[in-house]
Amino acid sequence: MRSLRTRLLLAFALLTTVTAAAVAGGMYVNARDVIVQQTQDAAVRTMTDRVSTARLQLPPSGDGLIGVLSDRDTSAKIVYNGQSFGDQNLRVSPELRAEVRTGRVAWQRVSGGGSIWLVVGMAPVNRATNRPYGVELYTQRRMDNEDQRVNQLATIAWGLGAASLVLAMTLAWLAARGVLRPVRDLDMAAHRLGLGDLTTRVPVRGTDELAGVARTFNVTASALEHQVGELRRFVADVSHELRTPLAAMTAVADILDEEAPNLPGDAGQAARLVSQETRNLTRLVDDLMEISRFDSGTAGLALDAVDLAAAITATLHTRGWLDMVETRLPPIVAPVDRRRLDVIVANLVGNALRHGAAPVSVTLDAFPGWVVITVSDNGKGLPAEVLPHVFDRFYKADTARSRSEGSGLGLAIAWENAHLHHGTLVAANRPDGGAVFTLRLPSGTTS
Amino acid sequence: MSRVLLIEDDEAVRDGLQLALTRQGHTVHAAGTGEQGLGRLPEADVVVLDLMLPGMDGFEVCRRIRAEGDLPIIMLTARDDDMDVVAGLEAGADDYVVKPVRARVLEARIRAVLRRGTTTDARPRPEGDDYRGLTIDRAGLVVSKNGRTIGLTPTELRLLLELSSSPGRVLSRQQLLEAVWEHGYLGDSRLVDACVQRLRAKIEDDPAGPLYIQTVRGFGYRFGPL
Repeated sequence: MRSLRTRLLLAFALLTTVTAAAVAGGMYVNARDVIVQQTQDAAVRTMTDRVSTARLQLPPSGDGLIGVLSDRDTSAKIVYNGQSFGDQNLRVSPELRAEVRTGRVAWQRVSGGGSIWLVVGMAPVNRATNRPYGVELYTQRRMDNEDQRVNQLATIAWGLGAASLVLAMTLAWLAARGVLRPVRDLDMAAHRLGLGDLTTRVPVRGTDELAGVARTFNVTASALEHQVGELRRFVADVSHELRTPLAAMTAVADILDEEAPNLPGDAGQAARLVSQETRNLTRLVDDLMEISRFDSGTAGLALDAVDLAAAITATLHTRGWLDMVETRLPPIVAPVDRRRLDVIVANLVGNALRHGAAPVSVTLDAFPGWVVITVSDNGKGLPAEVLPHVFDRFYKADTARSRSEGSGLGLAIAWENAHLHHGTLVAANRPDGGAVFTLRLPSGTTS
Repeated sequence: MSRVLLIEDDEAVRDGLQLALTRQGHTVHAAGTGEQGLGRLPEADVVVLDLMLPGMDGFEVCRRIRAEGDLPIIMLTARDDDMDVVAGLEAGADDYVVKPVRARVLEARIRAVLRRGTTTDARPRPEGDDYRGLTIDRAGLVVSKNGRTIGLTPTELRLLLELSSSPGRVLSRQQLLEAVWEHGYLGDSRLVDACVQRLRAKIEDDPAGPLYIQTVRGFGYRFGPL
């Protein structure tokens, strides 16, 4: 994926390159032409000046005129009647020669011997007869100095282009950061919102389009928080309202239990059913209330230094499970909420006893910074498709499973309790079969 | 058996609890409001009090009962809201149960709170034990400070007896919950804290700097050292 930052930088780089190339290139070409033109003009002017001051004799004697036309940088050659005098290394191309013979002053740039040469030619005209003398004069001048200047210019143009590119990229990076920081803030906020933190808001900076998006995000998050809050309150209110009739039913359920054996047939069975379901309903409502407290963030943590082995043993003992569970519980003390630990362990062991096969075992271990409690059974383990949902509320692994076995919230509550302790609770299958639930809680030591 | 005054505004809950407690052998007087209930206090050995009442609320009823005497009070709360429980205990309640409550559980709490008012000491010493002006008569269940009798609720009395039976020894909240309230493993230690506060207010010269019932931070409470 190409990020927005990369795209912005690339766009800036492209724009800068094109602009720099156009500006520097244009200036370079223009300056080069001016330099070359000036040199040529100077060379031509020098030659015509020198020719006009020299006295031309026919046939040309050679040395005299050659001497006038030459200097330190310039060599000369004279062609007359098929004979040539002067610098024999001076090569004249046929095109130049043809041009010169028409009577014009002509010049040509040629390369040779690793240098650039400017060759200027002219055929002087007799002013009296207005006819050419039939003599051709050529001078040749090395252009290396001008070439160097042009090369320098090119180097400067390249340097300026590169510098402006670096400057542009820096500016682009700063601009991208300025634009992208609110985008990144929004991205992180949306992520947090997705994870369930409905109080997430983003700071609104300035009045630009991104500020508008941030404002919309905040309004949406507020609306979401409000609606979810309403739903949660509704669940809490429903659970609360259910408690009063349940309180009356629960108060008399024991009477039904006691009297059931004395009631004839169906009535006794009905009494037991009502009594049992009253208890199940009570448990469901209690669990709903508990979940509501987690959802509304009002679940409090009362940490005490607790002897975990004793606490787990007490949990098993009060539910009559001590004989059904194998334990390996070394003496370890950790800061936990006694009641919440009881809820976690009771839910995990209860779940293992209901759905797993004996023996169910509970182990306790201490690691640096953590204490780990595992609850494992020897059943078939959890199917792969169930594993990710095992802590979901009201998730039923087996659709045929009897409803009355639990509220369907036990493992979800255990998970919430683990996280309230800043710990974790994970479910997995053992390699040798059977499910294992691993509870990790901070041990309170800083190691 | 005992006489229970049940103050509960919801008719179905009131009827249900009355039915169940009567069946356990208690004599139950039921009242629908706090005002009605306060008028029937002389007929009761123990009060089962709903906190959410129309008119005068449960906390106020609780304070009025405490102002009149040492009748044990068990709060009945529909919410196990921390604030409610704390406020109820501060108002003078001895114990609390969360609705919906099974008749058996409430019955056990009633029995436990009533047991606190009966003597367990087999060695009566009429003169009582003296602890720097605080006299505890373990047989007669009378506590006096500098010769003046102090009115304690059965729970406060039992807590004081428990702590003073081994002066200088630290007892954890858990131990006290089991010994005094007969609560199991997951008892609410705030019961102990609230009761200690009330007891200090009655027997200490300076409840903020207690001499008799001292807090041992992180462990529990200790009687003395004097």
